Amino acid sequence: MKQVIKGNFAVAQGVRLCRVGVISAYPITPQTTIVEELSEICARGELDAKFIKVESEHSAMAAMVGSSTAGVRSFTATSSQGLLLMHEVLHWAAGARLPIVLSNVNRAVGPGWNIWADQTDSVSQRDTGWVQIYCESNQEVLDSVIMSYKLAEKILLPVMLTYDAFFLSHTSEIVDIPDIEDVDEFLPPYRPEFRLDVDNPRTFGGMIGPDCYYEERYVMHKDSLKVLEHYSDVCSEFHDKFGREYDIAEEYRTDDAELIIVTAGTITSVTRIVVDKLREQGKSVGMMKLRMFRPVPVERWLKVLGTVPKVVVVDRNISAGLGGVFANEVQAVLYNSETRPVIYPVVVGLGGRDVTPDDVEGIINYALENDKPKDVPLFWGLKQ
Amino acid sequence: MQKTFDIPRELMTGEDLAQPGMLSCQGCGASLAMKLALKGLGERTVIAVPACCWTIIIGVYPYSTLKVPVVHVLFETAAVSASGIRAGLDMRGEEDVVVMAWAGDGGTFDIGIQSLSGVAERNDDILYVCYDNEAYMNTGIQRSGATPMGAWTTTTPSGAVKQEKKKDIEKIMLAHEIPYVATASVAYPDDMIKKFKKARTIKGTKFIHLLSPCPPGWRIDPAMSIKITRMATQAKVFPIYEVENGKYKINVYPEKKIPLKEYFKTQGRFRQMSEDLVKAAQERADRSWESLIRMDGEA
Repeated sequence: MKQVIKGNFAVAQGVRLCRVGVISAYPITPQTTIVEELSEICARGELDAKFIKVESEHSAMAAMVGSSTAGVRSFTATSSQGLLLMHEVLHWAAGARLPIVLSNVNRAVGPGWNIWADQTDSVSQRDTGWVQIYCESNQEVLDSVIMSYKLAEKILLPVMLTYDAFFLSHTSEIVDIPDIEDVDEFLPPYRPEFRLDVDNPRTFGGMIGPDCYYEERYVMHKDSLKVLEHYSDVCSEFHDKFGREYDIAEEYRTDDAELIIVTAGTITSVTRIVVDKLREQGKSVGMMKLRMFRPVPVERWLKVLGTVPKVVVVDRNISAGLGGVFANEVQAVLYNSETRPVIYPVVVGLGGRDVTPDDVEGIINYALENDKPKDVPLFWGLKQ
Repeated sequence: MQKTFDIPRELMTGEDLAQPGMLSCQGCGASLAMKLALKGLGERTVIAVPACCWTIIIGVYPYSTLKVPVVHVLFETAAVSASGIRAGLDMRGEEDVVVMAWAGDGGTFDIGIQSLSGVAERNDDILYVCYDNEAYMNTGIQRSGATPMGAWTTTTPSGAVKQEKKKDIEKIMLAHEIPYVATASVAYPDDMIKKFKKARTIKGTKFIHLLSPCPPGWRIDPAMSIKITRMATQAKVFPIYEVENGKYKINVYPEKKIPLKEYFKTQGRFRQMSEDLVKAAQERADRSWESLIRMDGEA
């Protein structure tokens, strides 16, 4: 059934369709309407779930650690400071191999207080062991909730799906909401091998010494790498069932491109329009949409970007003293390509500053016109 | 009047859910406390353990001394992780399983109080137990909000012993109007087992505060730990009582009452206590005890 809904409502619908058993969340702008809508969905009896209305985001994720260890499908949502407050528990949830799904509305980190789009919150959680997926549209947000549970429960790692504040969270788009019967067929009930069971008592997360910890983390790393292959299976099964295509990354008009621009989040949609326009002008440019950021799809990035003369990486995030995080990681991957592309790292749109088609066109033309980047990174649209 | 020196029959009979092999110090109250708690609760129990001495006592992977499921959780999350477990078990239809959060005083009085308050405000159906050894003992004796005034710790060292009063955690929990708040002590095992049996039958948030001796931290002879812990109740500094749906009941009226000074004298940690502090502590203990007596039996 097609409906015109906001990104946050798409998340709530995804949670309902996945028959999540325990929800725990704390309100924060711009995530709040997810919490409200899920409360309504539970109150209307459309979802049989326990909703623990906690006193902080730290507790929201800690409650998930409990409910997921009890073997029940668990969900939370947050944004910005809330995600940062969860940081300690994010590490714990991944280390405990709990298939929790979290939706994060990408919002700037203070001070000063800023509630607008910025991906610094989620990129700064990249070492927590969570799978990270960046979404571009409300349809992708809803579909990603469903696919995330399928992936998480297969590989036993938590999944964070993220999308831009307001540009998606509070913007209405046409979304095809699947039938719950179809979702049931795609996503069977969660039946973990290990869970809290008084008839078969086990201890979870106990102390391990230097003789075991190292191997335990090695296994977790190896399993994280397996996500890439598992996710391809999940995507192809999803395509067969629902007809929509997703992948760990998406190439757009990259054939014979002499320049590829790498984007994540809603800037991708803007960039698609610009790529079309520049192609019409005879400029051979393409785009790679960065979708999965953890684990890093090394082979895929190398395949798409490795032989292109120029790569522009657009970051709506910043690691002060380094630059954009995506650019840094793309650079690290491309170091292993035989013909290393010239990389143009660009930081844009921090704290929700609008990034228009003219901006993206200007960024691409800057890279086309210069043999080497003038600034690393280039801060596009900076007021002097 | 309650007899205080009976060894409960339960302790000698039946299966022990807490097995030998605990990695605790000699004379540890916390390890005995778990044995007594599980005697009262039985095997349909799940435990959430945050960072505390019990993180170690239970054993190092792949061993566990407990024959019930245990989830290790983050320091400040015992209460809310237990709530999460509760929600999960309820969704599985296992409402009869008791979920117990088992935390130390640091995890309760200090770093965990926010999530504990949240759980109590929602009256989530868990049993929260604080085994209180009156300092951060697992990290090597640092002061906590539960350390008594006048006590030496490594962060309230010689010449600068703790000047601040111990937090009144029962009053804090009672302010949430939860159905059951109780104190108990490993020196009164019969009373303690009874309380865990009772807590099992009550819906909502239950809070039990245990005084749990720590010989290395209290600077006492391990052989004396139970005797000294009993003195805390005799000196009225750790009265044994319960509040069920707002109704107070003192469970132990000590046959022998002693001045607080006698209790302090038994422990190296109070060696530097000034006369003024002893006097202030005695006055505070007397006031608390008198107000407790006034409330005894009242709704």
